[in-house]
Amino acid sequence: MSDIAARDAAAYAGAISALTHDPDVRAPRIGPGPARKAFSYFVLILVSVIFFAPIAYMIIGSLKPSSEVLSGLGGFIPKDLSFANYRGVFARFNSDATGYFGNFYVTSLIVSSVIVIGGLMVNSIAGYALARLQWRGRNFVMTTIVLLIILPFEAIAVPLFYMLNNYRNTYYVQFIPFIANALSIYLFYTFFIGIPKQIQEAARIDGAGPWRTFFSIIAPMSKPVFASVTILTFLAAWSSFLFPVMVIDQPKYRPLPLAIAVFQGQPPTDWGQIFAFGVMLVTPVLIVFLLFQRWFVQSVASSGLKG
Amino acid sequence: MVTPAMVLLIAFVAIPFVLAFWLSLHNVRLDSARPSTWMGLEQYRRILIDPLERGDFYRSLLNNFMFAIFVVPVQTGLALALALLLNRPLRGMAIFRTFFFMPVVFPMALVAVVWTLIYSRSAQGMLNGVINAISFGHLGPYDWLGNPHLALLSIAIMSVWAGVGFQMVIILAGLQGIPTSLYEAAAIDKANKWQQFLNVTIPGLRNTLVFVIMITTIFSLRLFDQVYIMTQGGPNNATSTVMYQAVTSAFQESNIGKGSAMTVVFVTIIVIVTLIQRRVLRQETEIS
Repeated sequence: MSDIAARDAAAYAGAISALTHDPDVRAPRIGPGPARKAFSYFVLILVSVIFFAPIAYMIIGSLKPSSEVLSGLGGFIPKDLSFANYRGVFARFNSDATGYFGNFYVTSLIVSSVIVIGGLMVNSIAGYALARLQWRGRNFVMTTIVLLIILPFEAIAVPLFYMLNNYRNTYYVQFIPFIANALSIYLFYTFFIGIPKQIQEAARIDGAGPWRTFFSIIAPMSKPVFASVTILTFLAAWSSFLFPVMVIDQPKYRPLPLAIAVFQGQPPTDWGQIFAFGVMLVTPVLIVFLLFQRWFVQSVASSGLKG
Repeated sequence: MVTPAMVLLIAFVAIPFVLAFWLSLHNVRLDSARPSTWMGLEQYRRILIDPLERGDFYRSLLNNFMFAIFVVPVQTGLALALALLLNRPLRGMAIFRTFFFMPVVFPMALVAVVWTLIYSRSAQGMLNGVINAISFGHLGPYDWLGNPHLALLSIAIMSVWAGVGFQMVIILAGLQGIPTSLYEAAAIDKANKWQQFLNVTIPGLRNTLVFVIMITTIFSLRLFDQVYIMTQGGPNNATSTVMYQAVTSAFQESNIGKGSAMTVVFVTIIVIVTLIQRRVLRQETEIS
């Protein structure tokens, strides 16, 4: 199995160096003629419109009176815009029975931050130990990690639910199982293995132990992999749905995705408010996405380039 | 240094994984105080063989496969087409990439909620409005999620929208990895664009495509959030999936044993898909 890991690591290292160049800057080639160029743009714009339509529909709908959201193509017409639906969400979730909108936000923030920060610490040092330290059982652990990557969370959801049934309706049941992550360890491992060994040797000669070497030398020069893992785990944590469905039934501990699903299922359905809820749910990821777009694209590409 | 991660992985991945097998052989119920009893393979017999009980599970398995048969080729093909479009030396490609990738950052629960309204069966639903407009009032309205023949397809189309940007970015990275010199050599040999695509692009993307097809297949088998939010498996089990069955058995019927048996079947299928992918990759290595 370790041959697979080695090959994957080589592919990953290659991908990282390929991606440090902006993917949009291509080697100069003879461009397409004007007619083909116009056709390309036409197709691209058409597809973009189709892709953006559901998002536009949600944003416009969140600003319109609820009675006008469900009106065929009229749903796209921005008319009588106001933030009434946003105020309505806060007003609707304003008691212990319904939960407070702030609770949902706080739950999602706590759970996601602990998963991301805890995950960065635990998985990076594990990746370093696997890549650079000699210890008994290392190959066995590495093989297990590679095998665990393909195991989706769904494969353990039911037994995990059974195991943790006595700890339902807490914050920690939502983050503790998700801190250690095989894919994160693997991404760290492949990055660290690409760092020249001489750097570590030099630190050792200067009298630094493995912890010191890691924190003062290796970690500061590994920002790209820390960024990738942050983005990948944040996206997954913020979207988490299946496990909260099973272990959370009190509004206080409900994360945002579960809260919007519950909201949608509770009559009377108010689509304007549901869309306003949706916009507030997605805004943090969208801001992070638009600010760090290149990192997003690269981290997804790097998580994929191990086939 | 590896200890914290290993402790957590053993406690929350390895133990549940093994526990699934143990639970599937027992009668474990959350709603009863009685201790669990040994059942052997009875749970498997019920979900796979018993003519009175196997129907739901097989229907769900079939739905997963029908979903995969639609989503895997459509999503991979669309992702490849978009990646090829974006890989051209034209201005403004980064903006288009943003548009195609944006749905990927949307939590699936939110996507499902928004699309439930898009798929509204009323003539005032957004999709029905669009279809009515482009057919000049001849087509529709359709009950996208309530019609057993349309419901799974509707969920599949939505899932392609939500996920294609992810595959596109992976393929785009694969395209950037093909050396320009190969295209130049092909051009010198007077290969036209189509021949270049078949003989340079596709072989160069082979591993990427195999990987994309595998993760999309596994993604299809994991289908849960959309079904739970949009249709609850209905109408008439038309959109029920293996994970939906496993979760409802374990969670709503409190039948942990049955849910675990379904989980074990699920894991077996994942392992088979992965082994096939490894074999396909190995063949390629032998050829080259």
